[in-house]
Amino acid sequence: MVLVVTVPLTLLGLLEREPSHGYELKRAYDSYFGRDKPLPFGQVYATLARLARDGKVTEGEAEPGAGPDRKRYAITELGAREFDSWLATPIEPEPRLQSLLFAKVVLALMLGRPAETYLDTQRAAHLRRMRELTEIKRNGSLVDALLADHGLFHLDADIRWIDVTAARLRTLAEMVRTT
Amino acid sequence: MTYLTNAAAPRAHSYLIEARDAHKSFGQTPALAGATLTVSGGEIMAIMGPSGSGKSTLLHCMAGIFPPDAGEIWFRGRRLDALDDAERTELRRTAFGFVFQFGQLVPELTVADNIALPLLLSKAGRKAAYAAANDWLPRLGIGGLGRRRTGELSGGQAQRVALARALVGRPEIVFADEPTGSLDTLAGEMVMDLLVGIAREEGATVILVTHDSRVAAYADRQVLVRDGRVTDLAEVTARATP
Repeated sequence: MVLVVTVPLTLLGLLEREPSHGYELKRAYDSYFGRDKPLPFGQVYATLARLARDGKVTEGEAEPGAGPDRKRYAITELGAREFDSWLATPIEPEPRLQSLLFAKVVLALMLGRPAETYLDTQRAAHLRRMRELTEIKRNGSLVDALLADHGLFHLDADIRWIDVTAARLRTLAEMVRTT
Repeated sequence: MTYLTNAAAPRAHSYLIEARDAHKSFGQTPALAGATLTVSGGEIMAIMGPSGSGKSTLLHCMAGIFPPDAGEIWFRGRRLDALDDAERTELRRTAFGFVFQFGQLVPELTVADNIALPLLLSKAGRKAAYAAANDWLPRLGIGGLGRRRTGELSGGQAQRVALARALVGRPEIVFADEPTGSLDTLAGEMVMDLLVGIAREEGATVILVTHDSRVAAYADRQVLVRDGRVTDLAEVTARATP
């Protein structure tokens, strides 16, 4: 599975868990969200620098020790608000969203947030879009119906994934908290 | 109507049918654990949920097929769960229509016989019952099949007969439990198109149980049953708005 997640928000989520060094963030990111495409160190530090410039994280003083960067980063109030808002807002329903949904679920479980509620919110957003497509299908031409069907089958696949993930939340939560 | 003569005092209400904190167990296994659901007149409602979540049990309690162990079912401002068996049977016959996953038609009877059956059981005249049955055939796209035995029909045709049988008495509520569960995609879509289209024309309410989101998308509103309790997805969305 190729994951396409939003790196800045994911790093904010990992920092919401605890202040971390850049290499710790990279390790956590790669183990959950970058299995097929690890995050380059350069992108980690560039992203953290932009987040610091925008007031969403703070950079600690460089700590003594080996390694290229011993700064510890912490999330600010502004960063936490932005992360919370992203987590709670359903993603625009469109095909192939699993990677973003996956990132939200894992981060919610890491932080003890209501992952089931986020899944329900996403399910509701998907069903709202599916109702619109169903109306188009019922009242439109054959071409409209075929195009609507394409969207409906993909959104249905997302909902099946949401159902299965909801059924496995307890097990996933245990795994996320112990790794 | 006899089924509305139970002693419970009418309450002010704005819903056609409601389950209030319904509980139901089968032996030691809880199926409903405080399910609450309100459905307005003319609404098309989908009840979703995983297998064993209690969604069919909720539908059966609301339809008066069996009463909840605790909690209340209200229909038109009266306690449906307080009715005795005979009153509930009368209510199901006169005010409700039913569609199940496997049609449950009588295979030895013709299509017209099966559709007329609820009217014949309600002691309607034979001629009137068959006239009504024959009126429904073209509306469901099965105009030439009235004399065929239902055992000879395809799954999609049989389910359209089941729809006609549910609708022939012009029920206030159609209860549909996985009505497309045994059909392929296109046959299922045709059944849902007909069910929703006719319900809207007739002003009937539909309460639909399905695990299929594409079927649920035909409904005006969707709720999720989980561990015997109901989550209204519209309320989840409202609460989640940051």
